Amino acid sequence: MLDTLAQQLLLGLTNGMVFALIALGYTMVYGILEFINFAHGDVFMLSGFFALTLVGASGLQDAQGFSLFAQLALVLVLASGFGAVVNLLIDRLVYKPLRKAPKLAPLVSAIGVSFVLQNIGLIWGALPLDVFGGGGQPAAPKSFPALLPTDNLLGDAALTLQLKDVLVIGASLAVMTALFLLVTRTKLGMAMRATAQDPQAARLMGVDVDRVVAATFLVGGGLAGFAAVVYALYINTVYYQMGYQNGLYAFTAAVVGGIGNIPGAVLGGLLLGLVRAFSDQFIGAQWQPAVLFGILIVLLVFRPAGLLGSTAREKV
Amino acid sequence: MTTESLLLIFAVLYPIFPVFDLAGEAAGLQLHLDQRLVTIFVYGILVVALNVQVGYAGLLQLGIAAFFGIGAMATGVMTVDKYPFHFGFWGALVCAPLVAAVAGAVIGAPTLRLRGDYLAIVTIGFGEVLRTVLINLENITDGPRGLNPVPEVWTPSWLRDWLGAGDAGEANLLVMYYTALLVLVAAVVVLKVIENTRIGRAFVALREDELAAACMGLDPGRIKLMAFAGGAALSGLAGCLYATNLTTTADPTNYDFNNAVMVLCCLIIGGLGSLRGALLGAALLIGFDNVLSPLLDRGIQVAVGDASHPLARFSSWRWFLFGFALIFMMRLRPEGLFPARRVAAELHEEPEEA
Repeated sequence: MLDTLAQQLLLGLTNGMVFALIALGYTMVYGILEFINFAHGDVFMLSGFFALTLVGASGLQDAQGFSLFAQLALVLVLASGFGAVVNLLIDRLVYKPLRKAPKLAPLVSAIGVSFVLQNIGLIWGALPLDVFGGGGQPAAPKSFPALLPTDNLLGDAALTLQLKDVLVIGASLAVMTALFLLVTRTKLGMAMRATAQDPQAARLMGVDVDRVVAATFLVGGGLAGFAAVVYALYINTVYYQMGYQNGLYAFTAAVVGGIGNIPGAVLGGLLLGLVRAFSDQFIGAQWQPAVLFGILIVLLVFRPAGLLGSTAREKV
Repeated sequence: MTTESLLLIFAVLYPIFPVFDLAGEAAGLQLHLDQRLVTIFVYGILVVALNVQVGYAGLLQLGIAAFFGIGAMATGVMTVDKYPFHFGFWGALVCAPLVAAVAGAVIGAPTLRLRGDYLAIVTIGFGEVLRTVLINLENITDGPRGLNPVPEVWTPSWLRDWLGAGDAGEANLLVMYYTALLVLVAAVVVLKVIENTRIGRAFVALREDELAAACMGLDPGRIKLMAFAGGAALSGLAGCLYATNLTTTADPTNYDFNNAVMVLCCLIIGGLGSLRGALLGAALLIGFDNVLSPLLDRGIQVAVGDASHPLARFSSWRWFLFGFALIFMMRLRPEGLFPARRVAAELHEEPEEA
């Protein structure tokens, strides 16, 4: 029993890290633009396809030892860069012209972008590559090769701790720390916080708000790209709808933590990952969406500002 | 071409469409237009329902498919052999909207006070919860297979004779067709009347400025709830017709988020807050998706010969089309193709200073 609990705790923690990474992108954009970027989950999905394509092109599944880790690090960096660039492009092409439009306009556009990206994912999966199983079945989940050794690091202990667990948790923590430092210690971070608090006042104080928004989309997309590789390494599949569900979960995580609140997104992600692991174990995986979204509804009804969010009134 | 003349064309064509089918059958073509057009009517009702919530009252809800599903499921429970009710179609047509309205009130009461985009998320969440429940509570919903068979519209024999249809099945199809059309027309007429009553104006006032509306003595909570429950009731009505047309509640994916977005697409493309926009949006988009795209698929099949690859099917590309439609609409014509005047004026107003 205790072993099961510990195992689920570990699973929840790793899942939670992925949720947290995606949730950060939602929360940062929301904090600054007050807008739910529905397409964020699909940037995550496309980055997954990008990473799988890289793996297939470089023959990474056959690499060993140092070259494996060096190339894996390169895939992580490239996928993050891919996510960042895609996210920035979406903002520039679609959202930016709507900055002064009523709130419904960017939201509906984001839903449109989400569908376009999902369709791109579908077509990407139809590329005639070996890693996509020849591409005959675009909608089918594509298996991402298990690149890391699956030995139990704890030897014969009942708890299975694999290298990928360590890597997921370690790498995610490192990225989150870097983000935290960026936001709290740099000039750009200060500008981000100022813009989130009051864009107009920030502009008057000489903050280049456009640049801050661009940086936010870059960072958010980068985190989504990073999360995609971590997710693919961990779950070992990539499919065109993975952005929708994981994106919704991650958004839930952001709301649970208090939308716009960066530590809140991490806390919410971890909480949601844990709830998911335990509900899968004790209630049944088929009930997962009902449990997670049930929590979201209850939380929004009783504490709409989230766990760490401050109760701010909607701007009149 | 003006909106009115387009509407007029549809108003003339829809009642006589089954004749085309009969003519086609005589010519050896199985068009089944009537069954496909019923889907357009059902979605028409859904789109005007969403128009009550999003268009009039400004409540951004993305879970309309859930209330659609509740209506279908209620119809199933009230009519199939498995349950002791056996209300038949007409009983279900009355009860399904009531059940959906109650569900809407229960969901709406605690959540409608949330700010706009939170409401969107809660309604998506509710839709996901409902989908999960429909699939997993097999004792009640029969899971993905759905409740079967939902009875067809009951047709008295004199009507059957009068229609001159060959067999009962054909007569039922015709009755289904005209029932769906009539329900849609009735819904539109009722909404048209409501638009100019106190309640209709209260909805719009609330959308325009909640604070000002409250200061004028309106109770925002109550009015939002009325709009939400009213829209849910109409969605339930649509669900009842849909399940009856398919004679099953099967495939819970008919009631999931993608479907909710499809309905939103129709409304946005037609024109938020505009009844004729909602109707034309449904006619264009659902007509395209349901009538034209299967024909296109068949055309591709004929042209290419072998179209077994999924990407050779038009349906694999439809989300591209809808996605781009939403993006370009928001950019170029956010008020929709057939807008309500007030919404158009609002969307083209120069923002004072952001």
